[in-house]
Amino acid sequence: MITIRDAYKSFNGNQVLKGLSLEIREGEMFALIGRSGLGKSVLLKHIIGLMRPDKGEIFVDDQNICSLRGTQLVAIRQKFGYLFQEGALFDSMTVFENVAFPLREKTAMKESEIRERVSPELEHMGLKNDAHKYPAELSGGMRKRTSLARAMIMQPSIMLFDEPTTGLDPIIGQSILNYIQLCHRRLGFTGIIVTHDVPRVFSIVQKIAMMDDGRIIINGTYDEIIGQGNPAFQQFLSGSIEGPLHYV
Amino acid sequence: MFISCIRGLGRSALGVLEMFGSYGMFLLTAFFWLFGSPLKLRRVLEQIIFIGVKSTVIVLLTGAFTGMVFALQVYYALTKFGGEALLGPTVALSLLRELGPVLSALMITGRAGSALASEIGIMRITEQIDALEIMAVNPYRYLVVPNMVAAVVSFPLLGAFFSMIGIWGGYLVGVKLLGVSEGTYFGEMSNFVEMKDITMGIIKSLSFGLIVSWVCCYKGYFTEFGAKGVGKATTQSVVISSVLILIWDYFITSISL
Repeated sequence: MITIRDAYKSFNGNQVLKGLSLEIREGEMFALIGRSGLGKSVLLKHIIGLMRPDKGEIFVDDQNICSLRGTQLVAIRQKFGYLFQEGALFDSMTVFENVAFPLREKTAMKESEIRERVSPELEHMGLKNDAHKYPAELSGGMRKRTSLARAMIMQPSIMLFDEPTTGLDPIIGQSILNYIQLCHRRLGFTGIIVTHDVPRVFSIVQKIAMMDDGRIIINGTYDEIIGQGNPAFQQFLSGSIEGPLHYV
Repeated sequence: MFISCIRGLGRSALGVLEMFGSYGMFLLTAFFWLFGSPLKLRRVLEQIIFIGVKSTVIVLLTGAFTGMVFALQVYYALTKFGGEALLGPTVALSLLRELGPVLSALMITGRAGSALASEIGIMRITEQIDALEIMAVNPYRYLVVPNMVAAVVSFPLLGAFFSMIGIWGGYLVGVKLLGVSEGTYFGEMSNFVEMKDITMGIIKSLSFGLIVSWVCCYKGYFTEFGAKGVGKATTQSVVISSVLILIWDYFITSISL
């Protein structure tokens, strides 16, 4: 379970998180939506301990990640998988090497065992014939799938997805969401998807939260939120400039 | 006016102190991971190939021509007082104690140091370093330490190659071109060159290897965002490394004499 309590964060005087609180239950798929540049990715980096809040607490499985250092932080990070917006693939490594990297670094598995584990994952992601390619030779969708395979290879219990479908055409975008759903069914992780891909993402999540002005302004299931008729949510869905959410 | 001047000076002084502190912490953290965890031998070997093996041709080429031109100049000076017999030891001592370590370090900085800073810088701006951290792989252990070890291993070897080929270049010019006898060139060399001269060259190369890898890794690791940031980090890493090589060279030489 992930619990964020009253988190504040500012960068050079710009307050990004303003007392944000949120709770995500174990095994739940959660969509975090909101306007661009208002701190959704920053929140993900707080959850995984890459950034620390100026004030507030973030609990991951009852451990306050903000107070962890050294080996404790390393240990808790092993629970996580992270899909970066741009993939963050190691450009000096092939697709296979990228996906095998966490196994080579964090386990004592033999090369043959690594191959046995990586090959089905690549096949599962439709990358079987691209294992020898370097990231520069891949399309955007292939890069995302490689990154997804790398994030999933350690079978994490918590997955963070930072805009998994941004920059992809609708068909590839949908295929990525399908992969995420498939992986969730297979591994049962707790997942947070930061995305603008609405309403498509709603089909693969149980709960949705909307972030604005450094806080969570809407939180609930799709039906609950629609039932509330929240104007900010309606505006975000329709992409209208007019409404309570101001153009930044 | 006066107060704002003082304030500006104070701010600059604090900025410089902060920078030194940051460099110091970076080196200490690297040492912590170097001595506190098993070395990633495969990564070290990869970086020795990158920093050392791939710099060999350029180092040999510059070493040969440095030795040749140095022999020409020294011969010209020595003929002024009839000291041509000292050509061999002069070339050898200068190369072993000074030119070999310094010039090879400058050449490696230009070729490998800049590439190192830009590679780590690109890894920073494309979130590859964040990806390492998220995968619970320590970036210092994976990126910085292997580069430092590889540089400390490669620099003395390349410095030795530089001096060796330079002495051979001096031999070509002095003996084959200018007519100094072979026996005099090498005989006088073995009379004048002592073990401490060779040790001095090795110590210098070791310290240059540490300085260059430290500065280049630091600049790459803390690259600011965008292509401009990487370009700036690369340029600064080469300039700072080169200047530090020359400054440190002066201090270490003056201590040893």
